[in-house]
Amino acid sequence: MKKYDVVTTLSYPKTGAMGKTGTWRIFRPILNKDKCVKCLRCWIFCPEGAIIRKEDDSVEIDYDYCKGCGICARECKVKAITMEREE
Amino acid sequence: MKVVVDTGNHIAALAAKLAKPDVVAAYPITPQTTIVEKIAEYVAKGEFSGDYICVESEHSAMSACIGASAAGARTFTATSAHGLLLMHEMLHWAALARLPIVMVNVNRAIGPGWTIWSDQNDSMAQRDTGWIQIYCSSNQEIFDSIIQAFKLAEHKDVQLPVMVCYDGFILSHTSMPVKVPEQKEIDDFLPKREPAWVLDPENPVTHGNIIMPKDYPSIRKAMQDAQENAKKLIPEIAKEWKERFGTYHGDLIEKYRCEDADYIILSYAALGAESKVAIDMLRKEGKKVGLARLRTFRPFPSEDILSLAENADLIVIDRSISIGFEGPLFTEVKSCLYEKSDARVYGFIAGLGGKDVRYTDIGKIVDRVIERKQDGVLWYDMEGGK
Repeated sequence: MKKYDVVTTLSYPKTGAMGKTGTWRIFRPILNKDKCVKCLRCWIFCPEGAIIRKEDDSVEIDYDYCKGCGICARECKVKAITMEREE
Repeated sequence: MKVVVDTGNHIAALAAKLAKPDVVAAYPITPQTTIVEKIAEYVAKGEFSGDYICVESEHSAMSACIGASAAGARTFTATSAHGLLLMHEMLHWAALARLPIVMVNVNRAIGPGWTIWSDQNDSMAQRDTGWIQIYCSSNQEIFDSIIQAFKLAEHKDVQLPVMVCYDGFILSHTSMPVKVPEQKEIDDFLPKREPAWVLDPENPVTHGNIIMPKDYPSIRKAMQDAQENAKKLIPEIAKEWKERFGTYHGDLIEKYRCEDADYIILSYAALGAESKVAIDMLRKEGKKVGLARLRTFRPFPSEDILSLAENADLIVIDRSISIGFEGPLFTEVKSCLYEKSDARVYGFIAGLGGKDVRYTDIGKIVDRVIERKQDGVLWYDMEGGK
């Protein structure tokens, strides 16, 4: 459909359109997999989509884009995520 | 082709209908009201195929137009005076987003004191928004300009919103005969819009996201380039219209009896039409005076004005005032002549708040210049026509 360009502010969604926002982080969430009960509250609440949900509902943290807000640690009912200051 | 006798506002509504906008979002305000009433009537009678959105303010009207235009719709609205001022933020938004919205602004003076009569302070205050501004001086020009405005706005080299302006009551509520082409002929002249980008859930895009300082100047420069492109396209579109439908009102400016003129009046909108009558009167008196009626204020026809100033002094009549300085057209005319012309430029303020300016008044303005009674900017209104 698009036959010509116009200069204005357009951006198309892609991972990391604004660069690796994980560099903004001051506190780093650390996941203790032994405590995790796969409730997925962290995955639901993460505002950045930086919690990666695996096939078996276990989770991993995408440190390239996690800004360290700590919401996952606050929402985790079994305290499987702790926030530690970045070095 | 048929001839319709109707008011400027009803002619504007008819032009808007024939341009087949997908969306009209508007809020009524005197003296624009009868445009939106007429469009509502078209909707009620099933003669209008687009969506008509009733909104709660002009800020919302322009916001709805922006959303619709961003989704790819051909979009029309209309307003006046305080309505236009309330839209101001979104006018910038529409232009920076490069959305080809067409809007009628029925010029009305600003209150307080409460006024519904014409002057151009409302649209002149939108000068820097990026909108193309066209000023009309007859109902035929209103009709032709609105349909041409869609073609101009939607041109791939322009992609800017266009404001079509005309004086409240003087044109908006005055009936004149207008040649109206058939729908099929309008459709041939104005094909469907082909947007450069659209908001589409199937192909997601973010518009208006953050832009870093290093990139921002380029979007402003692109708007400036688009206005320059419009300067070339306005005459081309007017020529195509003339060939198809026979009516023509000038390119960026309409020149009248300028060839051998010692003095040329520069004005716009209804004062431009009144000046034409004044020119005939002055010519009969043996005074070599011509008229250049500006049809566009943005883009500004600086090259045309420079060429007019080669052999004539210029008399600028503004129905508008930039408080603290002078008439806006007076300022711009002098600016484009700077270091390029020795022509003298005389500035007059006339007709604010709808104060009547007759062709005899324009004759008196010209006489003042010829008799060298003019010094600086003259508030003709305050003279009481003396």
